[in-house]
Amino acid sequence: MNEKPEKLIDKKGLRLDGRKTNELRPVKIEVGILPNADGSAYIEHGKNKILAGVFGPREMHPKHLSRPDRMVLRCRYRMAPFSVGERKSPAPSRREIELSKVIRESLEPSLFVEYYPRTGVDVFIEVLQADGGTRCASITAASLALADAGIPMRDLVVACAAGKVEDKVVLDLFDIEDKVGSADVPVAFMPNLNAVTLLQMDGILTPEEFEKAVAMAIDGCRKIYDLQKEALKKKYVILEQEEEVEK
Amino acid sequence: MKSSLVTRVRLKQIEQLIEKDKRLDGRGLSDYREIKIEQGVIEKAEGSARVLLGKTEVLVGTKVETGKPFPDTPNDGVLTVNAELVPLASPDFEPGPPNENSIELARIVDRGIRESKAIDTKKLVIEAGKKVFVVFVDVYVLNYDGNLIDASALAAVAALTNTKMPKYEVKDGEVIIKQGYTPLPMKSHPITVTLGKIKNKLIVDPSLEEERVISARLTMAFNDEGNICAIQKGCPGYFTQEQILEGMKLAQKKAAERRKKMKW
Repeated sequence: MNEKPEKLIDKKGLRLDGRKTNELRPVKIEVGILPNADGSAYIEHGKNKILAGVFGPREMHPKHLSRPDRMVLRCRYRMAPFSVGERKSPAPSRREIELSKVIRESLEPSLFVEYYPRTGVDVFIEVLQADGGTRCASITAASLALADAGIPMRDLVVACAAGKVEDKVVLDLFDIEDKVGSADVPVAFMPNLNAVTLLQMDGILTPEEFEKAVAMAIDGCRKIYDLQKEALKKKYVILEQEEEVEK
Repeated sequence: MKSSLVTRVRLKQIEQLIEKDKRLDGRGLSDYREIKIEQGVIEKAEGSARVLLGKTEVLVGTKVETGKPFPDTPNDGVLTVNAELVPLASPDFEPGPPNENSIELARIVDRGIRESKAIDTKKLVIEAGKKVFVVFVDVYVLNYDGNLIDASALAAVAALTNTKMPKYEVKDGEVIIKQGYTPLPMKSHPITVTLGKIKNKLIVDPSLEEERVISARLTMAFNDEGNICAIQKGCPGYFTQEQILEGMKLAQKKAAERRKKMKW
């Protein structure tokens, strides 16, 4: 592990990577980059590089897991062995299994699962490089991949974290802040429905700080939401134009 | 055969009662079921506790052994939490390796203890970077009747406060275990409160049948100072921002109430 930095926020109130306390890292999103998937998205959130692919609705394997009245959403979150400083064993860790579960539960409320009875939808998330806040970036990408697959949804799910670094509530922690800082609150949100679909926290926060962190994270979500919509339009608006040209 | 299925009539009944601020078992929306704690039930374990939360029953045993610290925390002892959903506890639990439910349960219990710094891990170091005490917390669910998280978290903290550490001395780099014990050094006693959402209302301590109806679940752990030290939202539903703050206040109140009743 790197040497612990002495100060995470300098006198001017700037963080180690030069951001202000309420500033997001640069986010770049692309939709529809996997030719073999029904839907896909790629996100670069700071140094996080994450791919999400969606397959389905398709026949469920094993069959006995299918449900007569709805589709079954499955989700697999994995980190590549080379995505972090010290090699991560490719065997699924307990952390990955928990995250797969909470990510699935954060995406499910956005979907009309009753539209596709007896089918399964698989979401595969591969973290190629991790730099803090991978679960949030994964959700942002996975929701776009579901939209790209054409699965009817109530709203896009977007996620962002806030946390506490040196007694200050800050937005969107990166790796070092996450490890050295005193709390991290990832939030997933559906802006049109005012619905929080993922909420976790570790570290210590007073109730007042927690309230502030949730508000700040939701604010961050709203900003990424705009980028999300833009990325989706970028793929489909261009397609529409091409279709018109062909006509 | 006993089944964990709940009929639609029953689900509707639960929902209709909740709308009138009532519950199937007669509790108010923010009432816990009766809690019983018994410590030191397994003599061979370094610490143990059995918790009854209504009919939900959880047994936690702790073992203290020597081992290596993690490379990134050479000056801290190690905490390991594992949870077993024992098949005899419910027709829904199947034998086999831990599934996502037991892993999530273990990780929520772990987070509450770890983030509140309940165990003074600095005092578990025998030789920095080389040898430390490892505290194993094993959660054994013996009967499942809803809200495993609160029962397990309570039993884990009760077992830790009951845990004794072997006395030892270091001779020529070798650890020699001596006669006698000291209590495990504890700094905080986190209290975990779980809420469920039914029909836009928040209920405390959902029972098994209520767990089938709730759309979303919110768990919060509080440390001795009343600050939040861990949160986990669960189930494929959602909370509004306002509901989360409302839930936090309710959970905070319930945690404070329970803390008053505790001996530690």
